[in-house]
Amino acid sequence: MRAIYLAATVMNSEKSKSFQEIILRLQSYWASQGCAVMQPYDMEVGAGTFHPATTLRSLGSKPWAAAYVQPSRRPTDGRYGENPNRLQHYYQYQVVIKPSPPDLQALYLGSLEAIGVDMEMHDIRFVEDDWESPTLGAWGLGWEVWCDGMEVSQFTYFQQVGGHDCAPVAGELTYGLERLAMYILNCDHVMDMPYNDPQSPIPLSYGDVFKQTEEEFARWNFDVANTDVLLRHFEEAEAECANILDQTHDDPKTGKRIIMAHPAYDQCIKASHIFNLLDARGVISVTERQAYIGRVRTLAKACADAFVQTTAGGHVQ
Amino acid sequence: MPDLLIELFSEEIPARMQGRAADDLKKLMTDGMVEAGLTYASAAAFSTPRRLCLTVEGLLAESPTVREERKGPKVGAPDKAIEGFLRGAGLTRDQLEERDTPKGAVYFASFEKQGRPAPEIIAEVLEQTIRTFPWPKSMRWGAGSLRWVRPLHSILCVLSDKAGSEVVPLDVDGITSSKVTYGHRFMAPKQITVNGFEDYEAQLKRAFVVLNAGERADAIWEDAKNQAFANGLEVVEDAGLLREVAGLVEWPVVLMGEIAEDFLGLPPEVLQTSMKEHQKFFSVKNAKTDQIERFITVANRETVDNGATILAGNQKVLFARLSDAKFFWENDLRVATSDMASWTAALSNVTFHNKLGTQAERIERIAALARELAPVVGADADEAERAAKLAKADLSSEMVYEFPELQGLMGRYYAESAGETAAVAAAAEEHYAPLGPSDAVPTAPVSVAVSLADKIDTLTGFWAIDEKPTGSKDPFALRRSALGVIRLVLENDLTIRSKPLFTKADMRVDSDDLLSFFHDRLKVYLRDQGVRHDVIDACVAMEGNDNLALLVKRAVALEAFLKTEDGTNLLQGFKRANNILSKEEDKDGVEYSYGGDVKFAETEEEKALFVALSSEGPVIEAALKTEDFAAAMSGMAGLRAPIDAFFEAVQVNSDNQTVRRNRLNLLSDIRKLVGSVADLTRVEG
Repeated sequence: MRAIYLAATVMNSEKSKSFQEIILRLQSYWASQGCAVMQPYDMEVGAGTFHPATTLRSLGSKPWAAAYVQPSRRPTDGRYGENPNRLQHYYQYQVVIKPSPPDLQALYLGSLEAIGVDMEMHDIRFVEDDWESPTLGAWGLGWEVWCDGMEVSQFTYFQQVGGHDCAPVAGELTYGLERLAMYILNCDHVMDMPYNDPQSPIPLSYGDVFKQTEEEFARWNFDVANTDVLLRHFEEAEAECANILDQTHDDPKTGKRIIMAHPAYDQCIKASHIFNLLDARGVISVTERQAYIGRVRTLAKACADAFVQTTAGGHVQ
Repeated sequence: MPDLLIELFSEEIPARMQGRAADDLKKLMTDGMVEAGLTYASAAAFSTPRRLCLTVEGLLAESPTVREERKGPKVGAPDKAIEGFLRGAGLTRDQLEERDTPKGAVYFASFEKQGRPAPEIIAEVLEQTIRTFPWPKSMRWGAGSLRWVRPLHSILCVLSDKAGSEVVPLDVDGITSSKVTYGHRFMAPKQITVNGFEDYEAQLKRAFVVLNAGERADAIWEDAKNQAFANGLEVVEDAGLLREVAGLVEWPVVLMGEIAEDFLGLPPEVLQTSMKEHQKFFSVKNAKTDQIERFITVANRETVDNGATILAGNQKVLFARLSDAKFFWENDLRVATSDMASWTAALSNVTFHNKLGTQAERIERIAALARELAPVVGADADEAERAAKLAKADLSSEMVYEFPELQGLMGRYYAESAGETAAVAAAAEEHYAPLGPSDAVPTAPVSVAVSLADKIDTLTGFWAIDEKPTGSKDPFALRRSALGVIRLVLENDLTIRSKPLFTKADMRVDSDDLLSFFHDRLKVYLRDQGVRHDVIDACVAMEGNDNLALLVKRAVALEAFLKTEDGTNLLQGFKRANNILSKEEDKDGVEYSYGGDVKFAETEEEKALFVALSSEGPVIEAALKTEDFAAAMSGMAGLRAPIDAFFEAVQVNSDNQTVRRNRLNLLSDIRKLVGSVADLTRVEG
């Protein structure tokens, strides 16, 4: 056991060489800690929290442990690939464990070591930063984690999601992967960061992979996206979410009790992303903003209400 | 006498909550123990990011046994009542004693309340303290229901005396008390077993934890000052930041770093705000040039490279932050020098309030109002209007978007760079003032005009849409705006009729209602300066009460007058005159306002009062015309003796109707004259 630990330490003390190596190391670290390594959710979301593996699974009484990469889209942050660290599409690494284990801080610090942060040389700090998502009707207490003055992760104990108290409490860790990787790989511009091993036959930088898409999406997000269509899609997603949740719980075809919390939640995710696009297009005024956020929150709450009535949500018949 | 040591060890406590939490721990524990009979000699509490600690010296080993007596039911009361009493007191019937009282025979129970050992009491009080701790925000974790500011990991609770030390046994939701704590998270994470406070503090220090927040802050400040001094520089003082930083570390290590040359041209406030807000860095400046040249960061550990890696990391983060700031600054300057008005135009996309339109529309209104106010405050109308149009332009700038707290200040820099006059640039910064009751009030005429216009527009707007403050709710800070107007007017001694101004600002506003809100704020403001609310009421009741400066002059003079002997007596005399007059007028169903005639005066005192009225009347009238309220008050003082003498010697209700009516008319003259100075009927006493 001890020998293995030492070997692992030696391996990890070697610095990561690429963006993808950091992701791979996080994956294997959290897998070794017993998390189900999941795949990204197949819809556009603003943050890893929106993945149903976090939002919905943090509700109810059933234990849960998952880790995954989540591509995240924030249309307003697009800078045509020119800003050193702002992107309209980026990656978050997300870990969610319910109930939060007593050694979650130590586990987290272990993950930093796993990606090559030497605890003896760096200054790691837990600085108060409470988290709140008005669109999800969710909040929690925790910190932003600093490494030598740089925020490398968000660490949150969920208290409420979708208006429901979290009991047990889920612990959530979110790593902003590009920023963390830039720090570890010592890059000043995200586009210069090695995506794969620079010694590879075909070395690729982050820019090789994403510069093109950042430009294209920035233009579409800011200037081209058809706002009439988006507005309609928002309304449709909102209506469909309500429609799904309005259905009787007893499926007339199979006779089973099926509450469609997840399909409804997909519509909520859709509405939320469309709202972000509309926001980037600049067609939402400050006052309207609040109203839109409120509408998405209403959907999120309804989905949470539905989820806690499902078996996965801990409902016992 | 034993000593008590408690440590509550948790995950990182927000820096802003630590000091208060240590005080609360001390208060709740000592109050609880004393209430249970456990007195002590002294107590002190400490905090670090991961622990709250309490040390109590000279505690009683057990609470004293006391004799207690309780009155029970009457003799002969139903058995149920007696049994209930016995149950409550934990006694049996044979321990009761009958005593005669004025209300008949009553049972009394007299018994000894046994003292209890300290550990028992401490455990109870500590559990209660933990369960009810007043954190500003608390949370649950794991599968439990206990609340703490962040997950609570261990409870150290040790009672020690010469003979040795023992753990006070305690279990709070599975967290059992012990003698164990832990050192610095990274530098000495191992368990430490402690036997008392001195031992605890010393062992912690060896484990790289400075327990005392004050000691940490002092160490940081000393070291920061010395490092700066060694480089011929000085640290910019910031007590709040120092306190916060001391709450972020258990083992402070001060590191000074350089700010890259590229950024030294940024305004010092931008450097300072960016470093403080984002990084919690202190600014280090060159005292000769006032330029910020370096920064100081406080790490939470020592490293073999003496912090070189940590400093390099911090420097890199700062570089990125300041690159952003510089990018904003340069972009902003480009806009400011070419077309600052485009920023104001962009504010037409920003809603101020959905019923009050956009920021751009608001700026138009403020500009019109500032122009209106310009002559009154001694500003040039064009300049005031120009200043108002540009004052909020910086809200569109990138820098203010990033650092909202720099609003106004950036406006000043940008207006200066755009070649605006110094007065226009100053107004951009100063028009937000005064923000708090002790904030300095602008005095430059252009700034005053814009500041007043801004606040009056806010007030009239929210009044017109009926969004007034209620109780403790004042979401738009309208009380603060009104106080701002009051202070601007008074401290600059401005003669402004408010009501026409309110109507000018917003046609829809109920200007009487808004004015009475101002009068209420004025009362609060003047109360702090020692002017009574009824004195203000007496002046508010007068003509021209929407001229706040005049109103206050009158109130201050009246307050001073009423404090003199003449003032108190005149008030009594006036009230007596007024009471008699009102009563007789009621009775007769007429108003005596013809004016008295000295030829019907019978007594000397009556004649003397006529003389006093005719000599002081014109004095008072003239004083009021020139708003010389002190002179008006001394005119009133001249009436005091004749009024006193009149009531001493003269019976108003004479049988001779002519004489009676003349006297009532005389009293009416007094009422009218005094009433022209202030409405004394509203003054108490």
